[in-house]
Amino acid sequence: MGMVLTEEQQLLKDSARDFIEAKSPVTAFRALRDNDDPKGYSPDLWKEMVDLGWAGILIPEEFGGLDFGMQGLGLVLEEAGKTLTASPLVSTVLTCGSALMLGGTQAQKQEFLPKIAAGDVLMSLGLEENAHHAPTAISTKAEKSGDGYTISGKKTFVLDGHIANQLIVVARTGGTGEDINGITLFLVPTNAPGVSIQRTTMVDSRNAANIELNNVSVGADAVLGSVDGGTDLLEQVLDRARIGLAAEMLGSAQHVFDETLAYIKERKQFGVVIGQFQALQHRAAKMFTELELCRSVVMEALTAVDEKANNVPLLASLAKGKVSEAFHLIAREGVQMHGGVGMTDEYDVGLYLKRSAVVEQAFGGPRYHSDRYAQLEGF
Amino acid sequence: MSENLEAFRKEVQDWLAENCPPSMRTPMPEDETVWGGRNATYKNRESKQWLDAMGAKGWTCPTWPKEYGGGGLSKEENKILQQELRRINARPALVSFGIMMLGPVLLEYGNEEQKQEHIPKIVRGEIRWCQGYSEPGAGSDLAGLQTRAIEDGDDYVINGQKVWTSYANYADWIFCLVRTDTSVKHEGISFILFDMTTKGVTTKPIKLISGSSPFCETFFDDVRVPKANMVGRVNGGWEIAKRLLQHERSSISASGFTGGSSVPMQDVAKEYSGEANGRIADGSLRESIAQHRMNAQAFQLTLKRSAEESKAGMGPGAASSIFKSYGAELNKMKYDLLMEAMGTQALGWEGDGFDAEELNVTRSWLRSKANSIEGGTTEINLNVVAKRVLGLNDHQ
Ligand SMILES: Cc1cc2nc3c(=O)[nH]c(=O)nc-3n(C[C@H](O)[C@H](O)[C@H](O)COP(=O)(O)OP(=O)(O)OC[C@H]3O[C@@H](n4cnc5c(N)ncnc54)[C@H](O)[C@@H]3O)c2cc1C
Repeated sequence: MGMVLTEEQQLLKDSARDFIEAKSPVTAFRALRDNDDPKGYSPDLWKEMVDLGWAGILIPEEFGGLDFGMQGLGLVLEEAGKTLTASPLVSTVLTCGSALMLGGTQAQKQEFLPKIAAGDVLMSLGLEENAHHAPTAISTKAEKSGDGYTISGKKTFVLDGHIANQLIVVARTGGTGEDINGITLFLVPTNAPGVSIQRTTMVDSRNAANIELNNVSVGADAVLGSVDGGTDLLEQVLDRARIGLAAEMLGSAQHVFDETLAYIKERKQFGVVIGQFQALQHRAAKMFTELELCRSVVMEALTAVDEKANNVPLLASLAKGKVSEAFHLIAREGVQMHGGVGMTDEYDVGLYLKRSAVVEQAFGGPRYHSDRYAQLEGF
Repeated sequence: MSENLEAFRKEVQDWLAENCPPSMRTPMPEDETVWGGRNATYKNRESKQWLDAMGAKGWTCPTWPKEYGGGGLSKEENKILQQELRRINARPALVSFGIMMLGPVLLEYGNEEQKQEHIPKIVRGEIRWCQGYSEPGAGSDLAGLQTRAIEDGDDYVINGQKVWTSYANYADWIFCLVRTDTSVKHEGISFILFDMTTKGVTTKPIKLISGSSPFCETFFDDVRVPKANMVGRVNGGWEIAKRLLQHERSSISASGFTGGSSVPMQDVAKEYSGEANGRIADGSLRESIAQHRMNAQAFQLTLKRSAEESKAGMGPGAASSIFKSYGAELNKMKYDLLMEAMGTQALGWEGDGFDAEELNVTRSWLRSKANSIEGGTTEINLNVVAKRVLGLNDHQ
């Protein structure tokens, strides 16, 4: 991608946009919400996405994927974000797919990657234990027992947790508190005895769950990556998740901005369209500025992952922090510029406000990432 | 004088000891707010008892004249009453648009019959009022309203539509802006009162992003209203409308945004995001919360200064023009910060995994976004400050 889309990427982007606009407009998301859909996503839509190759977009061809890299997935996520499309793209494809590709043994890759690409498995990362993103604040314990491990603990804000067949659980095999050493990732099937999953109904009507693991037994082959040394792998996975999610948020922010802009060009008060008032014009221009900056950051970060650049962590924090902030601002300004109708459920702008609040906290919000940015820059 | 006031304080204390029921001295859950009205239901029986006692005394409207059922208290006496109510954590006996908005303008502009008819019922919470101002095409440009009232014998016949009418579906009466002259803008508006059960009035609730439906579209289809229900003169309604908005804005900024019975934000932050040596562990969050608290205190002091100035007979100073917009920003920021402090526990919508207080924060956060829209938007408020207070005119 670099800073300009290649022809192939432009084609992917166009077809993703056409597909999402036709098959998954905001009304589709509303239908899931209003019907209290127990799955919170549409398996039929997911099947079509799988048929388009999106589930395998990151996965190497030898495992049945398209190998389009993060740049390819980023384009799809951005389009999905525009209409608030609920799908397993972030949990299964972006996050868990990355974990397997980065940390999986040949056998683990053989087992899971073709299934992900074929849409035969849904996966979730069980990481958070507190109300704030804290990747090493893990107290879920995995104790050696026989050849394998016994895992106990509680996870919260597990995206797509209640629809997953397979979890990747972050647990402690050593150390305490927030030690970076002693963390290990485990593959745990959701039907293993001792796993209980409770869906949580979130303000953005997207999927999340609380998960309890009660003496769950797994074999030694369930370890993903190295024992006690999981933090490295986890951080790489999280950086990809942050960058991919930033691409999705960019789409959402862009869309709610476009809707707001259209509204202030059409709504009349005092005999003129309200977009003629400078009090709104400058703020619209500022939002546009923010979006332009965000687009550059997201493109650079997606490309850096594919090129295995060494500044991926820094760019991940830049992207997640910056786009979270922009989406936060634009969603709020969107409501305000809509006036009374912005407060109604009938207009879409409120849906984006709700989404902004949830997605900004996933994998760390602006404060987390400005702190991490400073640390990575050594100040 | 001060001896009299001390006697009054004693009287208030004795009366409250006898008349304020025990549960009325506990924090009030949202769904026990008393709005009064013909069809009022009381979740808690003591709410009704408390309303009746306060209403009979006129203390729901302490400074309104006694002849119309008000408390007839002086400013000083009212201050004492409010202190004593706060001291026992008494709940407001009655919350109403009649008290906040209509009553004060009726006292100023209404004729004797209108005051006799409506004020005592407002004081006792017998009639619940709603505000028929905004229309689909007339929000910020309120004077662009199109709802028509046409003379017909002793009546006006009203046709048109209002929108965002808060609690119209529960209200007994409406105070409504109508157009009585289409050839001029502001000078063609009249202020009229009518019963919501009049034939031709219908309401349709609108669902909000917070999930509740506290406001409605309100439709008028050949609604017949006696001419005697007009307040002030025909085509003289705009002045009254604006005066009412002043009362609305000052009551929004004075009551809506301050206080609140919830746990202080800094304690919430410590609980949900961690504490280190007595401080909020996240230094950046700590700074933002401190900044918010400093702004809130500066705002409180400005409210106080303004109150003291007006008590000293200096009239509402220039500072009062910023109350509504600044109060709205503060309250919105408060909820954004609370959301951040509580992290994912403030992101729930319903059901398991979140406690009632947490779910309440999420919904209140959504509701707070209306603060800079309702009662006139922040943009309109700041335009007024720039033009009227600062003398900056449009360049056009
Ligand atoms: C919770 C809630 C309760 C309400 N209750 C009532 C009620 O009980 N009764 C009632 O009559 N109304 C009520 N309202 C309506 C409220 O008064 C209007 O929503 C408000 O005046 C804005 O009008 P509008 O919604 O038409 O927005 P618009 O006027 O269309 O405004 C849209 C945007 O344009 C901006 N804008 C407009 N003009 C200018 C300008 N000249 N310069 C700069 N910016 C401008 C606005 O600030 C806003 O950001 C309520 C509203 C809410 C949200």
